Amino acid sequence: MDIIESLEILSPGPLTTVQDLGRYGFGRYGVPPSGALDSFSLRVGNLLVGNPETEAGLEITLMGFKARALTDLVVALCGGDLQPHLNDKPFDMWRSQIVRKGDTLSLKAPRTGCRAYLAVGGGISLRPVLASKSTNLTSKFGGYEGRALRKGDLLFSNAPDRHFKSAGKMFHSEGRPSYTGDWVLRVLPGSQDQDFPEEAKKAFYNSSFTVSSQSDRTGLRLSGPALHRKKDLGDSIISEGIVPGAIQVPGDAQPIILLVETVTGGYRKIATVISADLPLLGQIKPGDRIRFQEVSMREAMTALQESEDHIDILKKSSD
Amino acid sequence: MHSGDPVFRMMGDRALLVELGDQISPSINEKVRELFLKLDRRTPEGVVELVPSYRSLMVVYDPLKTGFDRLRDEILGLQQAADPSLVPQPRTLSVPVVYGGEYGPDLEWVANFHKISPEQVISLHAGTTYRVYMIGFTPGYPYLGELPETLATPRRETPRTVVPQGSVAIAQRQTGIYPVQSPGGWHILGWTPIKLFDANQWPPTPLEMGDMVEFFPIQEEEINRWTSSKA
Repeated sequence: MDIIESLEILSPGPLTTVQDLGRYGFGRYGVPPSGALDSFSLRVGNLLVGNPETEAGLEITLMGFKARALTDLVVALCGGDLQPHLNDKPFDMWRSQIVRKGDTLSLKAPRTGCRAYLAVGGGISLRPVLASKSTNLTSKFGGYEGRALRKGDLLFSNAPDRHFKSAGKMFHSEGRPSYTGDWVLRVLPGSQDQDFPEEAKKAFYNSSFTVSSQSDRTGLRLSGPALHRKKDLGDSIISEGIVPGAIQVPGDAQPIILLVETVTGGYRKIATVISADLPLLGQIKPGDRIRFQEVSMREAMTALQESEDHIDILKKSSD
Repeated sequence: MHSGDPVFRMMGDRALLVELGDQISPSINEKVRELFLKLDRRTPEGVVELVPSYRSLMVVYDPLKTGFDRLRDEILGLQQAADPSLVPQPRTLSVPVVYGGEYGPDLEWVANFHKISPEQVISLHAGTTYRVYMIGFTPGYPYLGELPETLATPRRETPRTVVPQGSVAIAQRQTGIYPVQSPGGWHILGWTPIKLFDANQWPPTPLEMGDMVEFFPIQEEEINRWTSSKA
């Protein structure tokens, strides 16, 4: 196995972290999953460059990212269109391509979406911590020294030359999600759905919410009509486990969509985003608008199967 | 409200919550622990995560492999199968604390709030054995209960943006230890040199849900005796 230098970070932008598909099995110790917010895009990127879909990649936020190839590499960028360029020429997304030693990959600013995922043939060589390479920024472990990437950081990959044959592979356009900025998220009722009166549920399902700038990898804070709980109920509940996509309503009656950096909480959940739509949460940015649509469990499962089918097509074409 | 039968709540299409009571009590929490240990030993297919808390157990699963109805049946089956050998005796961890001063910036405030002396706050806080009801909020953060009634204190009106690692704090009938620096709204009574979370150790935290914790006061000069030792 030859692990060699593959990328040098020239500019990380506001937040670039190493993430894989997350850290499961340690919730009993209070350890949240972390991982790529838009796991779909990371999986596709990995498959395009001939990696296992579970490999780590870079989660790049909004703008200003720049990196130099330190060897010939196959890379793929998936997710939000942050106007990627290779040496100042536009660079296709959702397609694996060879970049040469010395080439510079830069992401300007979002045209659509919020985060782009850079997958590198040969992966990101880092020691897994608690069974994952994902970065936990709060407790400072995993990923690259438990922190966001900085200018000058060097990344390593495992035998990138063995992935050249994957170059030129494309993810079919029907499989690519569209990131509009006007989102409809499909949800199932939350674990305290019964604590909200009809008018709160009506407001939740019939209104549009705006994403606040206070949003990060922990949660998307929304502003919109107040979602008051039933009158005789207290501010909080006895703390319990929470999953990514749970929509909690704290005392100020404004909902928060919880993302991947929390594992317990003490507020009521009015609804939960379905698995098929979870990856979209990584592409929602401050100022976007969200509506919620209630679906049945059966619809949720059909939607999940559809998105998994797109991944399966890609997997089969890689065999 | 609860007859004793577990209540199953849907948490979207990839998790469910098994509620075993509707209040904070050692006996309900012990039921959660038993179910957690049973499921941990004989984990149903498709389950990827078990998160026990005060009165409920969250079961996260891969929706492509299993589903709500099937898991409910499997969990009920396991719950009814008596297997006391699965439930080990809880351990007790003794935690040294430097109370007050710069280590416990809220000690005086809490004493004034309850109209008792700081020494009385310390002896009340250190004179109780606490149960680890759950671990959550941040990795390794133990929710410990219950604080003596006379020390029950509402949360700070304005949470701190930075609570140092090792802070020992109280809120309502709970006390906790901050394993990493984080924001927090609890009142800080002191600080412990014991490390409560280390992702590079196994297990990453010395405590498990159901364990017991005692605090004992130490002086600032004694800190070094504890920094090198493992809890």
